[in-house]
Amino acid sequence: MHITADRDRCVGAGQCVLAAPAVFDQDDDGLVAPMTFDPAEGEQDNVRQAVNVCPSSAIWIDKE
Amino acid sequence: MTDMLDTDLPSFPMARECPMHPPAEYKEIRQEAPVSRVRMPDGQLAWLVTGHELSRQVLADPRMSSDRTHPAFPLALTTEQRKAFQQNSRLSIRRSMIGLDAPEHGPHRKMLISEFSVRRIAALRPRVQEIVDRCVDDLLAAPQPADLVEHVSLAVPSLVICELLGVPYEQRHGFHEWTRKLISRRTAPEERRASADKLNDFLEALVTEKEQGEPTDDVIGRLIARNRENPVMTHDEIVGTAILLLIAGHETTANMISLGTVALLENPGQKAQVVADPSLLPAAIEEMLRYFSIVESATSRVATDDIEVGGVTIRKDEGVIISGLAADWDDSVFENPDQLDFHRGARHHVAFGYGIHQCLGQNLARMELEIVFETLFRKAPNLRLAVPAADLPYKDDASIYGIYSVPVNF
Ligand code: HEM
Ligand code: SF4
Repeated sequence: MHITADRDRCVGAGQCVLAAPAVFDQDDDGLVAPMTFDPAEGEQDNVRQAVNVCPSSAIWIDKE
Repeated sequence: MTDMLDTDLPSFPMARECPMHPPAEYKEIRQEAPVSRVRMPDGQLAWLVTGHELSRQVLADPRMSSDRTHPAFPLALTTEQRKAFQQNSRLSIRRSMIGLDAPEHGPHRKMLISEFSVRRIAALRPRVQEIVDRCVDDLLAAPQPADLVEHVSLAVPSLVICELLGVPYEQRHGFHEWTRKLISRRTAPEERRASADKLNDFLEALVTEKEQGEPTDDVIGRLIARNRENPVMTHDEIVGTAILLLIAGHETTANMISLGTVALLENPGQKAQVVADPSLLPAAIEEMLRYFSIVESATSRVATDDIEVGGVTIRKDEGVIISGLAADWDDSVFENPDQLDFHRGARHHVAFGYGIHQCLGQNLARMELEIVFETLFRKAPNLRLAVPAADLPYKDDASIYGIYSVPVNF
Protein backbone atom coordinates (compact mmCIF):
# COMPACT_ATOMS: atom_id res chain seq x y z
CA MET A 1 0.00 0.00 0.00
CA HIS A 2 1.13 3.55 -0.73
CA ILE A 3 -0.49 6.69 0.64
CA THR A 4 -0.40 10.41 -0.13
CA ALA A 5 -1.14 13.37 2.15
CA ASP A 6 -2.01 16.86 0.95
CA ARG A 7 -1.08 19.33 3.66
CA ASP A 8 -2.84 22.17 1.86
CA ARG A 9 -6.14 20.40 2.29
CA CYS A 10 -5.51 19.27 5.86
CA VAL A 11 -7.61 21.05 8.52
CA GLY A 12 -5.73 19.51 11.42
CA ALA A 13 -8.61 17.66 13.02
CA GLY A 14 -6.26 14.83 13.98
CA GLN A 15 -8.74 12.10 13.08
CA CYS A 16 -6.05 10.24 11.13
CA VAL A 17 -3.78 10.22 14.19
CA LEU A 18 -6.54 8.68 16.30
CA ALA A 19 -7.39 6.07 13.68
CA ALA A 20 -3.83 5.05 12.71
CA PRO A 21 -1.35 6.40 15.25
CA ALA A 22 1.49 4.27 13.89
CA VAL A 23 1.18 5.87 10.47
CA PHE A 24 -0.02 9.45 10.91
CA ASP A 25 1.31 12.26 13.05
CA GLN A 26 0.74 16.00 13.17
CA ASP A 27 3.77 18.28 12.94
CA ASP A 28 4.35 21.45 14.98
CA ASP A 29 1.87 23.29 12.76
CA GLY A 30 -0.76 20.67 13.56
CA LEU A 31 -0.86 19.50 9.94
CA VAL A 32 -0.72 15.87 8.86
CA ALA A 33 2.79 14.43 8.67
CA PRO A 34 2.78 10.71 7.82
CA MET A 35 5.58 8.75 9.47
CA THR A 36 5.57 6.36 6.53
CA PHE A 37 4.04 6.40 3.07
CA ASP A 38 4.15 2.60 2.79
CA PRO A 39 2.13 1.36 5.76
CA ALA A 40 2.84 -2.18 6.90
CA GLU A 41 0.29 -4.95 6.35
CA GLY A 42 -0.98 -4.81 9.92
CA GLU A 43 -1.71 -1.08 9.70
CA GLN A 44 -3.66 -1.07 6.47
CA ASP A 45 -7.12 -1.41 8.01
CA ASN A 46 -6.39 1.51 10.29
CA VAL A 47 -5.20 3.52 7.29
CA ARG A 48 -8.45 2.78 5.45
CA GLN A 49 -10.36 4.01 8.49
CA ALA A 50 -8.19 7.15 8.66
CA VAL A 51 -8.91 7.89 5.00
CA ASN A 52 -12.61 7.37 5.62
CA VAL A 53 -12.78 9.72 8.62
CA CYS A 54 -10.52 12.52 7.36
CA PRO A 55 -12.99 15.42 7.06
CA SER A 56 -11.20 17.19 4.24
CA SER A 57 -10.06 14.34 1.96
CA ALA A 58 -6.46 15.28 2.70
CA ILE A 59 -5.12 11.71 2.74
CA TRP A 60 -5.71 8.89 0.28
CA ILE A 61 -4.46 5.50 -0.80
CA ASP A 62 -2.91 5.67 -4.25
CA LYS A 63 -1.82 2.03 -4.39
CA GLU A 64 -3.54 -0.80 -2.51
CA MET B 1 -38.47 26.85 -3.58
CA THR B 2 -41.60 26.83 -5.63
CA ASP B 3 -44.64 26.07 -3.49
CA MET B 4 -43.91 28.34 -0.53
CA LEU B 5 -47.51 27.99 0.63
CA ASP B 6 -47.32 24.28 1.14
CA THR B 7 -48.62 23.92 4.69
CA ASP B 8 -48.15 20.17 4.96
CA LEU B 9 -44.42 20.39 5.44
CA PRO B 10 -43.09 19.06 8.72
CA SER B 11 -41.83 21.70 11.15
CA PHE B 12 -38.27 21.82 12.39
CA PRO B 13 -37.20 21.12 15.11
CA MET B 14 -39.28 17.97 15.54
CA ALA B 15 -40.39 16.68 18.92
CA ARG B 16 -38.78 13.66 20.56
CA GLU B 17 -40.80 10.89 22.14
CA CYS B 18 -37.85 9.44 24.03
CA PRO B 19 -35.35 11.97 25.37
CA MET B 20 -32.46 9.64 24.52
CA HIS B 21 -33.51 9.05 20.89
CA PRO B 22 -33.90 11.26 17.81
CA PRO B 23 -37.41 12.30 16.74
CA ALA B 24 -39.12 9.18 15.37
CA GLU B 25 -39.92 10.92 12.05
CA TYR B 26 -36.27 11.01 11.01
CA LYS B 27 -36.23 7.37 10.06
CA GLU B 28 -39.26 7.66 7.81
CA ILE B 29 -38.08 10.93 6.28
CA ARG B 30 -34.68 9.41 5.55
CA GLN B 31 -36.25 6.43 3.82
CA GLU B 32 -38.64 8.49 1.75
CA ALA B 33 -36.55 11.55 0.94
CA PRO B 34 -33.16 11.97 2.61
CA VAL B 35 -33.08 15.55 1.32
CA SER B 36 -36.50 17.03 2.04
CA ARG B 37 -38.11 20.28 3.02
CA VAL B 38 -39.13 21.50 6.46
CA ARG B 39 -40.61 24.67 7.88
CA MET B 40 -38.56 26.63 10.40
CA PRO B 41 -40.05 28.39 13.47
CA ASP B 42 -39.84 31.74 11.64
CA GLY B 43 -41.92 30.35 8.75
CA GLN B 44 -39.02 30.05 6.29
CA LEU B 45 -38.49 26.81 4.43
CA ALA B 46 -35.24 24.89 4.58
CA TRP B 47 -33.85 21.60 3.32
CA LEU B 48 -33.24 18.85 5.86
CA VAL B 49 -30.55 16.28 5.07
CA THR B 50 -30.97 13.04 7.03
CA GLY B 51 -28.70 10.46 5.33
CA HIS B 52 -25.13 9.86 6.49
CA GLU B 53 -23.33 9.87 3.13
CA LEU B 54 -25.38 12.81 1.86
CA SER B 55 -24.59 14.77 5.02
CA ARG B 56 -20.87 14.29 4.48
CA GLN B 57 -21.28 15.24 0.84
CA VAL B 58 -23.09 18.49 1.67
CA LEU B 59 -20.73 19.44 4.51
CA ALA B 60 -17.72 18.89 2.23
CA ASP B 61 -19.19 20.90 -0.67
CA PRO B 62 -17.35 24.23 -1.12
CA ARG B 63 -20.51 25.77 -2.59
CA MET B 64 -22.21 25.50 0.81
CA SER B 65 -21.70 28.65 2.87
CA SER B 66 -21.45 28.95 6.66
CA ASP B 67 -22.46 32.62 6.68
CA ARG B 68 -24.72 32.76 9.71
CA THR B 69 -25.84 36.28 8.86
CA HIS B 70 -27.38 35.23 5.53
CA PRO B 71 -31.17 35.74 5.75
CA ALA B 72 -31.81 32.16 4.62
CA PHE B 73 -29.36 30.54 7.06
CA PRO B 74 -31.60 28.10 8.96
CA LEU B 75 -31.78 28.93 12.65
CA ALA B 76 -34.15 27.14 14.98
CA LEU B 77 -35.45 30.51 16.17
CA THR B 78 -38.69 32.46 15.86
CA THR B 79 -38.67 35.73 13.90
CA GLU B 80 -38.32 37.68 17.16
CA GLN B 81 -35.48 35.54 18.45
CA ARG B 82 -33.77 35.71 15.09
CA LYS B 83 -33.86 39.49 15.15
CA ALA B 84 -32.39 39.54 18.64
CA PHE B 85 -29.71 37.05 17.58
CA GLN B 86 -28.68 39.07 14.58
CA GLN B 87 -28.85 42.41 16.38
CA ASN B 88 -26.81 41.20 19.29
CA SER B 89 -23.68 42.05 17.43
CA ARG B 90 -21.64 42.50 20.58
CA LEU B 91 -21.22 38.88 21.62
CA SER B 92 -20.71 37.94 18.04
CA ILE B 93 -18.83 35.11 16.42
CA ARG B 94 -19.55 36.58 13.02
CA ARG B 95 -15.95 37.34 12.14
CA SER B 96 -14.47 34.08 13.25
CA MET B 97 -13.66 30.90 11.36
CA ILE B 98 -16.98 29.17 12.04
CA GLY B 99 -18.78 31.72 9.86
CA LEU B 100 -16.14 32.02 7.13
CA ASP B 101 -16.00 30.17 3.82
CA ALA B 102 -13.02 29.13 1.70
CA PRO B 103 -10.66 30.71 0.80
CA GLU B 104 -10.89 33.00 3.88
CA HIS B 105 -11.53 30.19 6.33
CA GLY B 106 -8.25 28.26 5.89
CA PRO B 107 -5.79 30.96 6.97
CA HIS B 108 -7.88 31.73 10.07
CA ARG B 109 -8.11 28.09 11.09
CA LYS B 110 -4.42 27.50 10.40
CA MET B 111 -3.58 30.14 12.99
CA LEU B 112 -4.95 27.79 15.66
CA ILE B 113 -4.56 24.24 14.37
CA SER B 114 -1.25 23.63 16.16
CA GLU B 115 -2.89 24.41 19.51
CA PHE B 116 -5.40 21.58 19.15
CA SER B 117 -3.33 18.75 17.70
CA VAL B 118 -3.58 15.35 19.35
CA ARG B 119 -0.13 15.79 20.91
CA ARG B 120 -0.64 19.33 22.18
CA ILE B 121 -3.92 18.39 23.79
CA ALA B 122 -2.37 15.32 25.42
CA ALA B 123 0.16 17.64 27.08
CA LEU B 124 -2.74 19.46 28.80
CA ARG B 125 -3.93 16.27 30.48
CA PRO B 126 -2.42 16.89 33.95
CA ARG B 127 -3.98 20.37 34.14
CA VAL B 128 -7.37 19.10 33.03
CA GLN B 129 -7.16 16.28 35.57
CA GLU B 130 -6.54 18.83 38.35
CA ILE B 131 -9.54 20.87 37.23
CA VAL B 132 -11.76 17.80 37.08
CA ASP B 133 -10.58 16.59 40.51
CA ARG B 134 -11.51 19.93 42.01
CA CYS B 135 -14.94 20.03 40.36
CA VAL B 136 -15.83 16.45 41.33
CA ASP B 137 -14.68 17.13 44.93
CA ASP B 138 -16.95 20.20 44.92
CA LEU B 139 -19.88 18.07 43.82
CA LEU B 140 -19.19 15.50 46.53
CA ALA B 141 -18.97 18.22 49.19
CA ALA B 142 -22.35 19.70 48.22
CA PRO B 143 -25.62 18.88 50.04
CA GLN B 144 -27.52 16.04 48.35
CA PRO B 145 -29.13 15.89 45.92
CA ALA B 146 -26.47 18.00 44.17
CA ASP B 147 -26.59 19.25 40.60
CA LEU B 148 -24.05 17.53 38.36
CA VAL B 149 -24.56 20.20 35.69
CA GLU B 150 -23.63 23.08 37.96
CA HIS B 151 -20.68 21.45 39.74
CA VAL B 152 -19.17 19.39 36.96
CA SER B 153 -20.72 19.60 33.47
CA LEU B 154 -20.55 23.40 33.17
CA ALA B 155 -17.65 24.03 35.53
CA VAL B 156 -15.08 21.74 33.89
CA PRO B 157 -15.21 23.14 30.33
CA SER B 158 -15.43 26.71 31.66
CA LEU B 159 -12.25 26.30 33.71
CA VAL B 160 -10.49 24.48 30.87
CA ILE B 161 -11.28 27.34 28.50
CA CYS B 162 -9.95 29.83 31.08
CA GLU B 163 -6.75 27.82 31.09
CA LEU B 164 -6.58 27.88 27.27
CA LEU B 165 -7.37 31.55 26.90
CA GLY B 166 -5.04 32.52 29.72
CA VAL B 167 -7.68 34.07 31.98
CA PRO B 168 -5.90 35.01 35.24
CA TYR B 169 -6.96 32.91 38.27
CA GLU B 170 -8.50 35.78 40.20
CA GLN B 171 -10.80 36.56 37.27
CA ARG B 172 -12.01 33.02 36.62
CA HIS B 173 -14.90 33.18 39.04
CA GLY B 174 -16.44 36.20 37.30
CA PHE B 175 -15.87 34.62 33.90
CA HIS B 176 -17.58 31.42 34.97
CA GLU B 177 -20.55 33.29 36.50
CA TRP B 178 -21.21 35.24 33.29
CA THR B 179 -21.01 32.18 31.07
CA ARG B 180 -23.28 30.32 33.51
CA LYS B 181 -25.88 33.12 33.38
CA LEU B 182 -25.62 33.31 29.63
CA ILE B 183 -26.52 29.64 29.30
CA SER B 184 -29.04 29.19 32.11
CA ARG B 185 -32.66 29.31 31.04
CA ARG B 186 -33.55 30.82 34.42
CA THR B 187 -31.69 34.00 33.49
CA ALA B 188 -34.01 36.90 32.58
CA PRO B 189 -33.44 38.29 29.05
CA GLU B 190 -31.97 41.62 30.27
CA GLU B 191 -29.62 39.82 32.60
CA ARG B 192 -28.57 37.49 29.83
CA ARG B 193 -27.77 40.44 27.60
CA ALA B 194 -25.83 42.08 30.43
CA SER B 195 -23.81 38.88 30.97
CA ALA B 196 -23.08 38.66 27.25
CA ASP B 197 -21.88 42.28 27.28
CA LYS B 198 -19.70 41.67 30.33
CA LEU B 199 -18.10 38.62 28.74
CA ASN B 200 -17.53 40.48 25.52
CA ASP B 201 -15.95 43.44 27.35
CA PHE B 202 -13.88 41.06 29.42
CA LEU B 203 -12.49 39.17 26.42
CA GLU B 204 -11.95 42.45 24.56
CA ALA B 205 -9.87 43.74 27.50
CA LEU B 206 -8.03 40.43 27.85
CA VAL B 207 -6.99 40.47 24.18
CA THR B 208 -6.03 44.17 24.31
CA GLU B 209 -3.89 43.60 27.37
CA LYS B 210 -2.12 40.67 25.75
CA GLU B 211 -1.61 42.67 22.56
CA GLN B 212 0.02 45.53 24.45
CA GLY B 213 2.20 43.55 26.85
CA GLU B 214 4.79 40.85 26.43
CA PRO B 215 3.38 37.78 24.63
CA THR B 216 1.82 35.37 27.16
CA ASP B 217 2.14 31.58 27.06
CA ASP B 218 -1.45 30.63 26.29
CA VAL B 219 -3.54 30.11 23.15
CA ILE B 220 -4.50 33.78 22.76
CA GLY B 221 -0.99 35.02 23.60
CA ARG B 222 0.56 32.70 21.03
CA LEU B 223 -2.14 33.58 18.48
CA ILE B 224 -1.25 37.26 18.89
CA ALA B 225 2.46 36.48 18.47
CA ARG B 226 1.81 34.39 15.35
CA ASN B 227 -0.42 37.10 13.95
CA ARG B 228 2.36 39.66 14.37
CA GLU B 229 4.68 37.56 12.27
CA ASN B 230 2.09 36.75 9.66
CA PRO B 231 -0.91 39.10 9.91
CA VAL B 232 -4.16 37.24 9.19
CA MET B 233 -6.59 38.51 11.81
CA THR B 234 -7.69 41.99 12.86
CA HIS B 235 -8.00 42.82 16.55
CA ASP B 236 -11.77 42.27 16.34
CA GLU B 237 -11.23 38.89 14.76
CA ILE B 238 -8.90 37.83 17.57
CA VAL B 239 -11.58 38.85 20.07
CA GLY B 240 -14.15 36.99 17.95
CA THR B 241 -11.92 33.92 18.02
CA ALA B 242 -11.64 34.05 21.82
CA ILE B 243 -15.44 34.27 22.00
CA LEU B 244 -15.81 31.40 19.53
CA LEU B 245 -13.54 29.15 21.60
CA LEU B 246 -15.65 29.94 24.65
CA ILE B 247 -19.01 29.41 22.97
CA ALA B 248 -18.04 26.39 20.87
CA GLY B 249 -16.26 24.58 23.67
CA HIS B 250 -18.42 25.25 26.70
CA GLU B 251 -22.03 24.21 26.39
CA THR B 252 -21.26 21.45 23.89
CA THR B 253 -18.84 19.69 26.21
CA ALA B 254 -21.12 20.35 29.20
CA ASN B 255 -24.08 18.71 27.48
CA MET B 256 -22.04 15.67 26.53
CA ILE B 257 -20.85 15.29 30.14
CA SER B 258 -24.45 15.39 31.39
CA LEU B 259 -25.92 13.10 28.72
CA GLY B 260 -22.99 10.68 28.92
CA THR B 261 -23.25 10.41 32.71
CA VAL B 262 -26.99 9.74 32.51
CA ALA B 263 -26.43 7.17 29.74
CA LEU B 264 -23.86 5.34 31.88
CA LEU B 265 -26.09 5.44 34.97
CA GLU B 266 -29.00 4.09 32.95
CA ASN B 267 -26.90 1.31 31.40
CA PRO B 268 -25.25 -0.33 34.41
CA GLY B 269 -23.74 -3.12 32.28
CA GLN B 270 -21.94 -0.63 30.05
CA LYS B 271 -20.93 1.44 33.05
CA ALA B 272 -19.41 -1.62 34.77
CA GLN B 273 -17.34 -2.30 31.65
CA VAL B 274 -15.72 1.14 31.54
CA VAL B 275 -15.24 1.30 35.30
CA ALA B 276 -13.46 -2.07 35.23
CA ASP B 277 -11.39 -1.10 32.21
CA PRO B 278 -10.97 2.66 31.63
CA SER B 279 -9.01 1.92 28.44
CA LEU B 280 -12.47 1.28 26.92
CA LEU B 281 -13.45 4.90 27.55
CA PRO B 282 -12.23 6.40 24.25
CA ALA B 283 -14.37 3.93 22.28
CA ALA B 284 -17.28 4.49 24.67
CA ILE B 285 -17.02 8.25 24.20
CA GLU B 286 -16.92 7.90 20.41
CA GLU B 287 -20.15 5.93 20.64
CA MET B 288 -21.78 8.47 22.98
CA LEU B 289 -20.83 11.24 20.57
CA ARG B 290 -22.56 9.34 17.77
CA TYR B 291 -25.56 8.37 19.85
CA PHE B 292 -26.36 11.90 21.05
CA SER B 293 -24.95 13.97 18.13
CA ILE B 294 -25.98 17.03 20.13
CA VAL B 295 -25.09 19.73 17.60
CA GLU B 296 -27.87 19.64 15.12
CA SER B 297 -29.11 22.85 13.57
CA ALA B 298 -25.70 24.46 14.18
CA THR B 299 -24.33 22.50 11.24
CA SER B 300 -26.48 24.39 8.76
CA ARG B 301 -25.45 25.96 5.48
CA VAL B 302 -26.72 28.21 2.69
CA ALA B 303 -26.27 27.21 -0.96
CA THR B 304 -24.25 29.70 -3.03
CA ASP B 305 -25.18 28.00 -6.29
CA ASP B 306 -27.75 25.49 -7.58
CA ILE B 307 -26.57 22.15 -6.20
CA GLU B 308 -27.73 18.61 -7.01
CA VAL B 309 -27.89 16.50 -3.86
CA GLY B 310 -29.47 13.07 -3.57
CA GLY B 311 -31.67 13.63 -6.60
CA VAL B 312 -33.00 17.08 -5.70
CA THR B 313 -31.77 20.51 -6.69
CA ILE B 314 -31.03 22.89 -3.87
CA ARG B 315 -31.24 26.38 -5.32
CA LYS B 316 -28.86 29.23 -4.69
CA ASP B 317 -29.71 31.10 -1.46
CA GLU B 318 -31.70 28.24 0.04
CA GLY B 319 -30.93 27.08 3.57
CA VAL B 320 -29.89 23.53 4.44
CA ILE B 321 -29.91 21.81 7.84
CA ILE B 322 -27.53 18.90 7.94
CA SER B 323 -28.81 16.84 10.83
CA GLY B 324 -25.83 15.05 12.31
CA LEU B 325 -28.23 13.28 14.63
CA ALA B 326 -30.24 11.83 11.75
CA ALA B 327 -27.02 10.97 9.88
CA ASP B 328 -25.55 9.19 12.88
CA TRP B 329 -28.69 7.09 13.26
CA ASP B 330 -28.70 6.12 9.58
CA ASP B 331 -29.20 2.37 9.90
CA SER B 332 -27.60 1.69 6.53
CA VAL B 333 -24.31 2.86 8.09
CA PHE B 334 -24.74 2.18 11.82
CA GLU B 335 -26.47 -1.11 12.46
CA ASN B 336 -29.07 -0.97 15.27
CA PRO B 337 -28.38 2.72 15.85
CA ASP B 338 -30.59 2.74 18.96
CA GLN B 339 -28.14 0.48 20.79
CA LEU B 340 -25.42 2.20 22.71
CA ASP B 341 -22.67 -0.22 21.75
CA PHE B 342 -19.23 0.64 23.11
CA HIS B 343 -17.65 -1.99 20.87
CA ARG B 344 -19.06 -0.59 17.65
CA GLY B 345 -15.69 0.91 16.71
CA ALA B 346 -17.36 3.61 14.61
CA ARG B 347 -15.36 6.79 14.11
CA HIS B 348 -17.12 8.02 10.99
CA HIS B 349 -19.97 9.72 12.84
CA VAL B 350 -20.55 13.41 12.13
CA ALA B 351 -21.06 14.54 15.73
CA PHE B 352 -18.14 16.94 15.20
CA GLY B 353 -19.30 17.87 11.72
CA TYR B 354 -17.41 17.15 8.49
CA GLY B 355 -15.48 19.13 5.91
CA ILE B 356 -13.30 22.15 6.61
CA HIS B 357 -15.26 23.23 9.70
CA GLN B 358 -15.02 19.90 11.49
CA CYS B 359 -14.63 20.67 15.17
CA LEU B 360 -11.25 22.19 15.94
CA GLY B 361 -11.58 21.33 19.63
CA GLN B 362 -12.58 17.68 19.19
CA ASN B 363 -9.49 16.21 20.80
CA LEU B 364 -9.83 18.51 23.78
CA ALA B 365 -13.49 17.54 24.09
CA ARG B 366 -12.62 13.83 23.95
CA MET B 367 -10.02 14.26 26.66
CA GLU B 368 -12.30 16.28 28.94
CA LEU B 369 -15.01 13.63 28.63
CA GLU B 370 -12.59 10.81 29.29
CA ILE B 371 -11.15 12.40 32.42
CA VAL B 372 -14.57 13.39 33.76
CA PHE B 373 -16.14 9.93 33.41
CA GLU B 374 -13.08 8.15 34.81
CA THR B 375 -12.77 10.52 37.80
CA LEU B 376 -16.48 10.78 38.53
CA PHE B 377 -17.15 7.05 38.74
CA ARG B 378 -13.90 6.39 40.61
CA LYS B 379 -14.54 9.05 43.27
CA ALA B 380 -18.29 8.44 43.45
CA PRO B 381 -18.90 4.73 42.86
CA ASN B 382 -22.44 5.06 44.24
CA LEU B 383 -23.42 7.97 42.05
CA ARG B 384 -27.11 7.78 41.14
CA LEU B 385 -29.87 9.97 39.75
CA ALA B 386 -32.11 11.62 42.34
CA VAL B 387 -35.06 11.59 39.90
CA PRO B 388 -36.02 9.14 37.15
CA ALA B 389 -34.05 9.77 33.95
CA ALA B 390 -37.30 10.33 32.04
CA ASP B 391 -38.16 13.28 34.31
CA LEU B 392 -34.93 15.23 33.81
CA PRO B 393 -35.29 18.66 32.17
CA TYR B 394 -33.98 17.95 28.65
CA LYS B 395 -33.12 20.86 26.36
CA ASP B 396 -35.90 20.36 23.83
CA ASP B 397 -35.92 24.08 23.19
CA ALA B 398 -32.23 24.63 22.50
CA SER B 399 -30.19 24.33 19.31
CA ILE B 400 -27.65 22.14 21.11
CA TYR B 401 -29.23 19.19 22.89
CA GLY B 402 -28.50 18.50 26.54
CA ILE B 403 -29.97 18.58 30.05
CA TYR B 404 -30.55 21.69 32.15
CA SER B 405 -29.89 20.02 35.50
CA VAL B 406 -29.08 16.52 36.73
CA PRO B 407 -29.74 16.09 40.47
CA VAL B 408 -27.62 13.26 41.85
CA ASN B 409 -27.03 11.45 45.13
CA PHE B 410 -23.80 9.68 45.94
C1 HEM C 1 -18.38 17.35 22.77
C2 HEM C 1 -18.13 18.61 22.55
C3 HEM C 1 -18.18 19.28 21.20
C4 HEM C 1 -19.01 19.03 20.13
C5 HEM C 1 -20.10 17.97 20.00
C6 HEM C 1 -18.62 19.97 19.08
C7 HEM C 1 -19.20 20.01 17.82
C8 HEM C 1 -18.81 20.85 16.80
C9 HEM C 1 -19.36 20.85 15.46
C10 HEM C 1 -20.49 19.93 14.96
C11 HEM C 1 -18.72 21.80 14.73
C12 HEM C 1 -18.95 22.14 13.25
C13 HEM C 1 -19.84 23.33 13.03
C14 HEM C 1 -20.13 23.57 11.56
O1 HEM C 1 -19.87 22.71 10.72
O2 HEM C 1 -20.67 24.65 11.25
C15 HEM C 1 -17.74 22.42 15.61
C16 HEM C 1 -16.88 23.44 15.24
C17 HEM C 1 -15.98 24.03 16.12
N1 HEM C 1 -15.71 23.65 17.42
FE1 HEM C 1 -16.55 22.13 18.44
N2 HEM C 1 -17.60 20.76 19.53
C18 HEM C 1 -17.29 20.36 20.82
C19 HEM C 1 -16.29 20.88 21.63
C20 HEM C 1 -15.42 21.90 21.27
C21 HEM C 1 -14.34 22.40 22.10
C22 HEM C 1 -13.96 21.88 23.47
C23 HEM C 1 -13.75 23.42 21.40
C24 HEM C 1 -12.59 24.31 21.77
C25 HEM C 1 -12.37 24.84 22.90
C26 HEM C 1 -14.45 23.54 20.14
C27 HEM C 1 -14.14 24.46 19.15
C28 HEM C 1 -14.71 24.49 17.90
C29 HEM C 1 -14.34 25.45 16.87
C30 HEM C 1 -13.28 26.54 16.99
C31 HEM C 1 -15.15 25.17 15.74
C32 HEM C 1 -15.14 25.90 14.40
C33 HEM C 1 -14.19 25.23 13.46
C34 HEM C 1 -14.20 25.82 12.05
O3 HEM C 1 -15.14 26.54 11.70
O4 HEM C 1 -13.24 25.55 11.30
N3 HEM C 1 -15.46 22.59 20.09
N4 HEM C 1 -17.81 21.81 16.87
S1 SF4 D 1 -7.66 13.60 9.47
FE1 SF4 D 1 -7.32 14.72 7.57
S2 SF4 D 1 -7.60 16.85 8.13
FE2 SF4 D 1 -7.32 15.73 10.02
S3 SF4 D 1 -5.14 15.87 10.49
FE3 SF4 D 1 -5.47 13.99 9.36
S4 SF4 D 1 -5.15 14.57 7.24
FE4 SF4 D 1 -5.42 16.47 8.35
